[in-house]
Amino acid sequence: MTHITLNGREIEVPADRTILQVARENGIDIPILCSMIDDKPIGSCGLCIVKVMKEGVVSYPRSCATKVSEGMVIETHAPEVEDVRRTILEMLLEEHEASGDLLKLAQDYGLNVKMRREKRVEWPENLFIDFNPDACISCFRCVQACSVVKENHVLIREGRGDEIKIVAGINESLKDAGCAFCGACIDACPTGALREKTYEEDVKKITTVCPYCGVGCLMDYYVKDNRIVYARGSLKGVNVGDDCIKGRFGWEFVHSPERLKKPLIKKNGEFIEVSWDEALGYIAEKLREIKEKYGADSIAGLSSAKCTNEENYLFQKFMRVVIGTNNVDHCARLCHASTVTGLMKVFGAGAMTNSIADLLKAEVFFVIGSNTTHAHPVIGTMIKRAVNQGAKLIVADPRDIELVKYATVHLPHRPGTDVALLNGMMHVIIKYGLVDENFVNNRTEGFEELKRVVETYEPENVEKITGVPKDDIIKAAILYATHRSAIIYAMGITQHTTGTANVASLANLALLTGNVGKEGTGVNPLRGQNNVQGAGDMGALPNLLPGYIRLDSEDVRNFEEIWDAQIPYNPGLTAMEMVQEAGDRIKAMYIMGENPVISDPNQKHSVEKLKSLEFLVVQDIFLSETAQLADIVLPAASSLEKEGTFTNTERRVQLLRKIVNPPGDAKPDWWIIMQLANRMGAEWRYTSPEDIFEEIRLLVPQYQGITYDRIEKFGIQWPCPNENHPGTRILHTDRFPTPTGLAKFSPYEYVPPVEEPNEEYPFVLTTGRTYEHFHTGTLTRKIDGFNKLVPEAFVEINEEDAKALGISDGDCVIVESRRGAIRVRVKIAGIKKGVVFIPFHFAESAANVLTVDALDPEAKIPELKVAAVKFNRC
Amino acid sequence: MMLLKNAKTLDSYLSQKGFSSLEIALKKKQNYLISEVERSGLVGRGGAAFPTGLKMKFTAASTSTPKYIVANADEGEPGTFKDRVLMEKNPYQILEGMIISAYAIGARKGFFYIRQEYRKLAKRIEEIITELYREGYLGKNILGTRFSFDIELVIGGGAYICGEETALIESIEGKRGFPRMKPPYPAQSGLWNKPTLINNVETLANIPLIVELGGENYRNLGSELCPGPKLFSVSGFVNDAGVYEEMLGELTVGEIIDYAGGVDGEFKALMLGGGAAGYILDKSFLDMPLCFYHAKERGISLGTGDIIVFNHNVDLWQVLLKISQFFEHESCGQCFPCRYGTKKMREIMEKIVSGKGSKFDIERLNRISRAMKLASLCPLGTSAPMAYESAMEYFHDELMEVIK
Repeated sequence: MTHITLNGREIEVPADRTILQVARENGIDIPILCSMIDDKPIGSCGLCIVKVMKEGVVSYPRSCATKVSEGMVIETHAPEVEDVRRTILEMLLEEHEASGDLLKLAQDYGLNVKMRREKRVEWPENLFIDFNPDACISCFRCVQACSVVKENHVLIREGRGDEIKIVAGINESLKDAGCAFCGACIDACPTGALREKTYEEDVKKITTVCPYCGVGCLMDYYVKDNRIVYARGSLKGVNVGDDCIKGRFGWEFVHSPERLKKPLIKKNGEFIEVSWDEALGYIAEKLREIKEKYGADSIAGLSSAKCTNEENYLFQKFMRVVIGTNNVDHCARLCHASTVTGLMKVFGAGAMTNSIADLLKAEVFFVIGSNTTHAHPVIGTMIKRAVNQGAKLIVADPRDIELVKYATVHLPHRPGTDVALLNGMMHVIIKYGLVDENFVNNRTEGFEELKRVVETYEPENVEKITGVPKDDIIKAAILYATHRSAIIYAMGITQHTTGTANVASLANLALLTGNVGKEGTGVNPLRGQNNVQGAGDMGALPNLLPGYIRLDSEDVRNFEEIWDAQIPYNPGLTAMEMVQEAGDRIKAMYIMGENPVISDPNQKHSVEKLKSLEFLVVQDIFLSETAQLADIVLPAASSLEKEGTFTNTERRVQLLRKIVNPPGDAKPDWWIIMQLANRMGAEWRYTSPEDIFEEIRLLVPQYQGITYDRIEKFGIQWPCPNENHPGTRILHTDRFPTPTGLAKFSPYEYVPPVEEPNEEYPFVLTTGRTYEHFHTGTLTRKIDGFNKLVPEAFVEINEEDAKALGISDGDCVIVESRRGAIRVRVKIAGIKKGVVFIPFHFAESAANVLTVDALDPEAKIPELKVAAVKFNRC
Repeated sequence: MMLLKNAKTLDSYLSQKGFSSLEIALKKKQNYLISEVERSGLVGRGGAAFPTGLKMKFTAASTSTPKYIVANADEGEPGTFKDRVLMEKNPYQILEGMIISAYAIGARKGFFYIRQEYRKLAKRIEEIITELYREGYLGKNILGTRFSFDIELVIGGGAYICGEETALIESIEGKRGFPRMKPPYPAQSGLWNKPTLINNVETLANIPLIVELGGENYRNLGSELCPGPKLFSVSGFVNDAGVYEEMLGELTVGEIIDYAGGVDGEFKALMLGGGAAGYILDKSFLDMPLCFYHAKERGISLGTGDIIVFNHNVDLWQVLLKISQFFEHESCGQCFPCRYGTKKMREIMEKIVSGKGSKFDIERLNRISRAMKLASLCPLGTSAPMAYESAMEYFHDELMEVIK
C-alpha cells in the first residue's frame, strides 16, 4: 500500500495503480480523451496531466501513465493545469468539428470556439463504416483498438505534425486494407468520427444473443421505430465487447424485402399467398393422409439449429407424439454428429469440456480442423491475443489459415489423415515418456489397447501418410504433452467418414496427457450454429430424447408421463438417411430452418430425392433453395423477433430478447408448431416460450436448475442440476459420466477417405467457410455490403499447381467431380499442393454439387471435407 | 586537443595512443569502469546533460537481456554542428568509447545512428566499422578477449525528432519516429523493450579519456563544478565560425565569442543551448562561464553548447519565426499540445512579423507556450517554446514595440 495526498486528502492506495485510476476510484474526474485501456496509455491528448510534488520537486506527469508512489502530493485541478487543459481544448476546437466527448469537454469548460480551417480530405468510399475526418482528433484509440485489441493492424497513423491522420492500410479503402469490419474502431472513437453508416440518434438499446454462430456473443442492438439501426458487441457477453462482421453488420437480413411474410401454397408450380388458417389446415390434412396411407415412419422432420431450445423441443415432441415417429434430426448431423459419438464413446458426454473464458489459461493451443479467425472470429481473436502474451500455438490444417502466422508449429496434413497424425503424436508421447501416468492410472481405462494400436505409428510412417515432416510431428507432440494444453477443433475433424475416429483420437490424446478436466485444457469443439448445441440438448435427434436420454432407457417413462403419450421405440433416420430415402421410405418431410439443398453433399442427388417427396413443408424466414422445392412454405420469425433461449458452444443457456416485430404475418416457430400440433389432435396450451422451458426443465436433467429469472443477466452453463447450482464451467473435473466413472481410450487405425485422388480426378477438394459469409448464405447474401465484399465462389489453389495447370488468379475454371461440375474463379493461395478449397456459401456455384455423400458409419456424418476433383477451362 | 585531435585514419589514431584505453578497459571489471565514469562527473553532451555514469549504471543493473548500446549521431539542433566535425576529424575515438561502454554494460550489439543529412559522412563511418572488424577491434573475441561486440550503422530518414532517444529507438526498430512516454526509460526498456544505453557521440568520445586518465583525474580537468573538455559550435555573426574545443568552466560566453573572431557588427543577442532550440539571451550572459552548473544556476541549460550570435541588424521576431517554423515542421504530431501548439505559434508569429500582432496574440503565445511546456509528450514539445519565452524575458520591450 502507498500513501499519497490527493487534492488535499491523505489516502492509502495499492501501489500498482495509476494516478488516473486512483482519482477515478475517489470520485475525481480528470478530463482525458485518448485513454482506452488502463495499462496501455496512449498519451496523445495531454489533458490528464496533474501537478505532482514529491521531495521538493514539482512535475506535471500524465496521470494515465504514471503510477502512484509513496509521498506523492497530487493536485488534479491546479490552476495552471486547468489553464493548460483549456488551452489544449481551444486549439482542438479551432481545428476540429466538436462532437462526442470533445463537445462534452468543451461544454464542461465553457468553451464556444468553432472550427476555423478548411475541411479535410475524405477517406475513400467504404462499406459499413463512415469516417468524418474533421471530427477525428487523431487520438489513436482506433489504431490501438485495431492493432492491440483485435490484432488486425489495418488502421495506422500517416502524416506528421498537425497533418497527422488515420488511414487504412496504404491510404486505401477498408476492404482493400484487409479490414475485418468488426467495429472495434467505432467503439474506440471518442468523438464519433468513426461511425456506422446506419447510425442515428435517439435509439433504444436492447441486448440479445447474436443469430449467427456458436460463440453466442451478446450484441447490443440499437432500435428505433421497429427497425434495427446499428449493433455493437456487448460487454456483458462471453465476447466482452468483441464481435465480428456478421454480428456487427449482418443484422440487415432482418429487414430484407425478401423476408417471407405470408404462408405460401404451391399451385401449378407457382406460390400463392394464403392465410394461416388455410395453410395449417392443409398441412394437417396432408400429413394425416400420408400417415394413414404409409405409416408414421414415412414422415420425417428436420429441426433447426437456428431456432430456440423451446422450438427444437416442441418440434421433436411434435414428431414423436403427434406424428408418432423418431424420424427427427437437425443439421448437427452435417457438422458435429461425430463429436457426439466420438466424445460420448471416450468421455461419456459429447459437449465442449471447457469454457471460452477458460481458454485464456491455456499455455498451448492445438487448433486442428478449425479456421478459427474466420469461423469463430471472437475466439480466434482471443487465441491471437493469448499468443501475443506468451501462449504457444500448434495449427494442423492443409491451408495457410490466418492462425498459421501465429503458430509455433504448422502441420499441413493431407485432408482425411487426422487419425494417423494424432496416433503419431501419441506414439511420440508414449515413446518419450511424456504420458501423464497419474491421470492415466486413476481416471482412464483401456490404455494398453491404445498403446498397442499407436505402436506402429512411427513419425516416419506418419510422415508418409500425412505429408507432414516427422520433426514437426515430434515437435508438436512434445509441445502439447508438456504444457497445459487445450484442443480446439471443428469441421476439419468432424466432417469425414472417419469423423468419429478423428474425434475419439483427439480425446485419446487429451487423456494421455492429462489435459482434461482442468482449467485451460480440454477438448473443445466449436459448434457452428447459434443453437446447434441446444438443438441436440433438446433431443432433435433420431436416437436420443431431450437430455440425450436413450430410447431404451428407463427414463423414457418420465417423458411418456409428462407428454401423456407413447413414444415410438425404434430409432429414426438421420438427416442424411432421410434425404437419401426421400421418395422411397420417406413420403413427407417437414423442414424447419434448414437448407439441405445447399448444405448436403452431392447436391444433384439430394435435389432429385427431395423432389420425389409426395409432400414437403418448409418453414423458414426466406424462400431458400430448399423452400423453393416445397409444396407449402410457412413464414417464420427470426431470433431477433421472438423470445426463447439458445445454448452456445460452451453449454451456456442464454436468454433471447425480442428486438423488433416480425414482418407481415410471420410467426415464431413455436407458435407454428403448436398450432399444427393442435390441428392434429394435440392439446398444447403454451402461452410463451417460458412455459415451454419450464416443461423442458422437468425432463432434461442438465437444464433442471436453469430458469428464465436466473439467466436474465447472463446465461448459465449446463449441467445445472438445481436452482442453487451456479452452472458448470469445466466438465469431467472429478469423474467422467460413464458407468465406471473412468474415461475409455478408444483407439482407431487410420483408414483413408472414401474418395482419394487418382489420375482422372487428381486434386483433393476440401470445403469450408469464409469470414464474411455464413453457411448457405441465406442470411449474409441478402446484404449488399457482404455481397460486395465476397460476391462469388472461388477455388483456392496452390501457386505451383496453378502454374502447372496454366491458370492464373482470377481466371474462370470448371471444377468437376464424379457427381457434377461448377464454375468458379481461381484464387492463388497458401494451401497444400494437391489440395484445393471451395467455400460452400454460393448457391449458383454450390460446392456441394461436387462433394460425396459417403457417411461415417457411427455418426452418419458425410465426408464433406474430402472429394476428388479435376479442372477444366470455362 | 583531447577530442578534436586530427586522427582521420586508423594509423594516425593508433599513433596517438588510439585503442590503448580499450586494451586497458578489457582487462578491468565492468563495475570498475562504470564507477570510474561516475567518478569522472561526465554528463551527456547531447543536450540533456544527464550524468553518464549513472545512465550506464542503470542500464547495467537492468536484468533483462540482450542489452544494446546506441551512438546518437542524429545531430539536428539548429546551430549545432560539433558532432559532424568530431566525426570528420576523430571518428575512431567515438567508436572506441562505444566499444568500451558496451563492454562495461554487457551489450553485444550496438547501433550507430547517423542522420540522413550526413550520409556522405555515414559512408566513411561504414568504412571505418568494416576496417575495425578487419583489425580485430570489432566482432568476435576483441583483442583476444572473450568480449564480442557488433556494430550496425543505421541512417535516419531526415527527421529531427529521431534525435530524441525514444524516437531514435523506434526508428532503429523500423518504425516511424514517434517518441515513447517515459518512464520506462531506455535503460530499462529501450530497443525491443530491452535495456539500452544511448549516448551522444561526443559523450562516447570522452570515455577513452576517462579510462586513460582515470575518473578522478578526468574530474580535475576544466573546473571543479564541470569537468572535462567540451566542443562548442559557434556561428552566426562572428568572424571565425567553427567548432571550438575548450575545457568546461574555463571560458565565459563572451570569451569564446572572442576566440571565434569576435562579433561581426554590434552584439545584440545570442542563442545558447541546442538540446531543442535554445535560449535567446542578452549581454548579461556574456560573463557566464561555459559550464553546466553555472548555466543551471542562471536558470538555463548549456544544451549541446552551441552559440549563435546575433548582431544589431537582426530582427528578433524574424529569428523567433524561423525557429517556430522549424518546430512546426519537425513536430511528429503524436501529442495535441505540440501538434497544434507549434502550428499556432508559427501562425501567430507570422501575423506579428507582418505587423498585425496584438496584445491578445502575445497572451495567446504565452498560454500556448505554457501548455506545450507542461503537457507535451517529449522534449521537443516542452522545449520548443523556450526561445520565445527567454526572448520575452530578456528582450521584452524590443519585442513588444511592434505589438498594438
